Amino acid sequence: MKLTQKHQDYWRRNLRITALLLAIWFVVTFVVSYFARDLARFTLLGFPLGFYMGAQGSPLIYVIIIWCYARYMNDLDREYGVNEVEHEADDQRP
Amino acid sequence: MAAFSAPLRRYYAFYTTGFFIVIVVLAILERYGMPPRWIGYSFLFLTIFLYATIGVLARTASISEYYVAGRRIPAVFNGMATGADWMSSASFMGLAGTLYLSGYQGLAYVMGWTGGYVLVALLLAPYLRRFGQYTIPDFLAARYGGKPARLVGVFATVLASFVYVVAQIYGVGLITSRFVGLQFEIGVFVGLAGILVCSFLGGMRAVTWTQVAQYMILIVAYLVPVTILSYQVTGIPLPQLTYGQVLQQVQALEEKIFDDPAEIDSRHLFRQRADEYYERILTLPDSLEEERERLSARINELKSSNAQMRDVVAIERQRRELPHTSDAARDYWEHLMRQAAQRGAEPEHHVTVYPGDGDGVNETARLNFLTLVFCLMVGTAALPHVLMRYYTTPSVREARTSVFWSLLFILVLYLTAPAYAVFAKYEIYSTLIGSSMAQLPVWVSAWGKIGLVSIEDVNGDGILQLAELSLNPDVILLATPEIAGLPYVISGLVAAGALAAALSTADGLLLTIASALSHDVYYKVFRPNATTQWRLVVSKSLLLVVAVLAATVASQKPATILFMVAWAFSLAGSALFPALILGVFWKRATPAGAVSGMTIGLLVTIYYMVRVQFDAIPWLGIDGIGMEPWLGIQSTSAGVWGVAAGFLTIIVVSLCGKPPDKETQDFVESVRYPEADRS
Repeated sequence: MKLTQKHQDYWRRNLRITALLLAIWFVVTFVVSYFARDLARFTLLGFPLGFYMGAQGSPLIYVIIIWCYARYMNDLDREYGVNEVEHEADDQRP
Repeated sequence: MAAFSAPLRRYYAFYTTGFFIVIVVLAILERYGMPPRWIGYSFLFLTIFLYATIGVLARTASISEYYVAGRRIPAVFNGMATGADWMSSASFMGLAGTLYLSGYQGLAYVMGWTGGYVLVALLLAPYLRRFGQYTIPDFLAARYGGKPARLVGVFATVLASFVYVVAQIYGVGLITSRFVGLQFEIGVFVGLAGILVCSFLGGMRAVTWTQVAQYMILIVAYLVPVTILSYQVTGIPLPQLTYGQVLQQVQALEEKIFDDPAEIDSRHLFRQRADEYYERILTLPDSLEEERERLSARINELKSSNAQMRDVVAIERQRRELPHTSDAARDYWEHLMRQAAQRGAEPEHHVTVYPGDGDGVNETARLNFLTLVFCLMVGTAALPHVLMRYYTTPSVREARTSVFWSLLFILVLYLTAPAYAVFAKYEIYSTLIGSSMAQLPVWVSAWGKIGLVSIEDVNGDGILQLAELSLNPDVILLATPEIAGLPYVISGLVAAGALAAALSTADGLLLTIASALSHDVYYKVFRPNATTQWRLVVSKSLLLVVAVLAATVASQKPATILFMVAWAFSLAGSALFPALILGVFWKRATPAGAVSGMTIGLLVTIYYMVRVQFDAIPWLGIDGIGMEPWLGIQSTSAGVWGVAAGFLTIIVVSLCGKPPDKETQDFVESVRYPEADRS
């Protein structure tokens, strides 16, 4: 398969968004949990902040990350003209 | 696609309404005197009948339908099916209780089991869908050139999934025996029938549509009791939002209860008892004989003093349960010592993070929390029964969207679980603790009978102290309807939900194992010329064999079952995660690197688990292999070492060998771009 400039651009932009979102994922998971004790000074909806992040904050951010990724990549596919055809079924495949 | 989903939405809307009508009808019948056992039966057989109907209607003889549901499951429905596939009986029954017992520390499960989907979405699902074959070992074989990679992948898949499926069938046995009074072993096989009717005739296609139905039942069953409880306590039926306030009330109750003099006294008595057991263990084997004589003397004394027959019987039972060898006595007393020490330990506040001595952070607790989160996430992104679901969407775009729906549907349960824990704690601390032993609510004795609640008036004041109450994690969810004083029909609903959670996960897992064995081993390795019909016959027979095998293991009630579930994540993560990720993102990864990395990752994890968890394996004649955990990390997080070793090995071995050939590099390119043609 020959790689065109377009392919390389597409892949680079994919890697960039993936790295950015993974960095956010890392921060809300590991950095926030590491400092959970220090975050307990702040409260949100009656929860200490560290507890809130573990119970609701981080999981909600995960969903947003996945939503952003799906949206960004699906737009990117359209922009680079790689709208794949949806096949109804693939019984013919080996 | 729209033409295909519209009737589906209508079917499932009818179905959900029908389900609510059934609940209402049963509630009315209960008021007119229908006995609880019948309500239990109705829920059990109605739901299994429903799954069976879907299973039969979705029967198929096509390979693609059987393995990947014809790749035409719309993103939303695939999300729901993944949700049911994912949420096992451990999530449904165990999570709320774990959070109740360990407070903040339990949130590692909430974060780990949701955050793993970020890895699935960003690093795996779209690429696997682009590749578009049938199983995870298929991908490994295509990327790493052939049979060795495929077979190591099959081994890891079967190992992790089998451990997990045994736990699900065990869960089914527990639910049927608790709610409809079937014997545990019979319950296991009734559950087995329920599992097989879904998957046997229709494979992935039938499993997908039953899982969508099961998701609805399990989520309704999970939300109803705690929503009512929230309404009763705060006046707002949104437990996820209101439990912050309740948490503050719990903190106030904790302050009051923990420092109560009777409470301190009870804890002290339990610690004394733990010390006594410790003494006895030190003076083995003499102490065993002394203890036997002491009990015999006590029995004679009671008999001669015309004491209550009940007391005599209790002590006779104690004497009977006393072990006969000093090794057995050591295990027995160590168990009792740990129990007593646990009850006597200083209780921790629900929101305390990484509790240590004094005000400091306990570094080991912090490290264990972070590594457990890591292992659960990586395991989530490597468990084949979840990844396989993303082969079933019509396109890469739908696969991406589908991960979003999956996590959204899963979150509904995981955001509610901490609320369960807090509401249950509030009810128990505010009404149960401090009440008279003679007037405890009915649920305490009902669940006490099957050993899920145990109460001991250690200081003999006739009042229940917190230290005197010990709860099994499962009871928090199962007893919430009774704690909130709801009619039995809600308990039946919760049982149906727990059953749906266990059955749906077991279905997905069994199908994964059967596909790995029939497709990857039989068809791809031994009989590449097998006909389509014959492949389906082999697949279905293997499904039957694996299911019966798993049920047989489950009916033995293996003692280490809870550990085994946590291990499944570490096993899958360390064997498959590095090879899958590097397979997509690093063209330089070679077959030799992948095979050695998967093997070494798996071996490191198993080595660590076994040596940290066991000191001896009697049936292999191995003794004295226990070791101190490295950095104090528990065996449930063994995957950190395995994943690290796996990545390192793949990278080092790959760099030492020649780069992969042109064909492999082209393959990697092809999975990266949705439009690229693979020929």
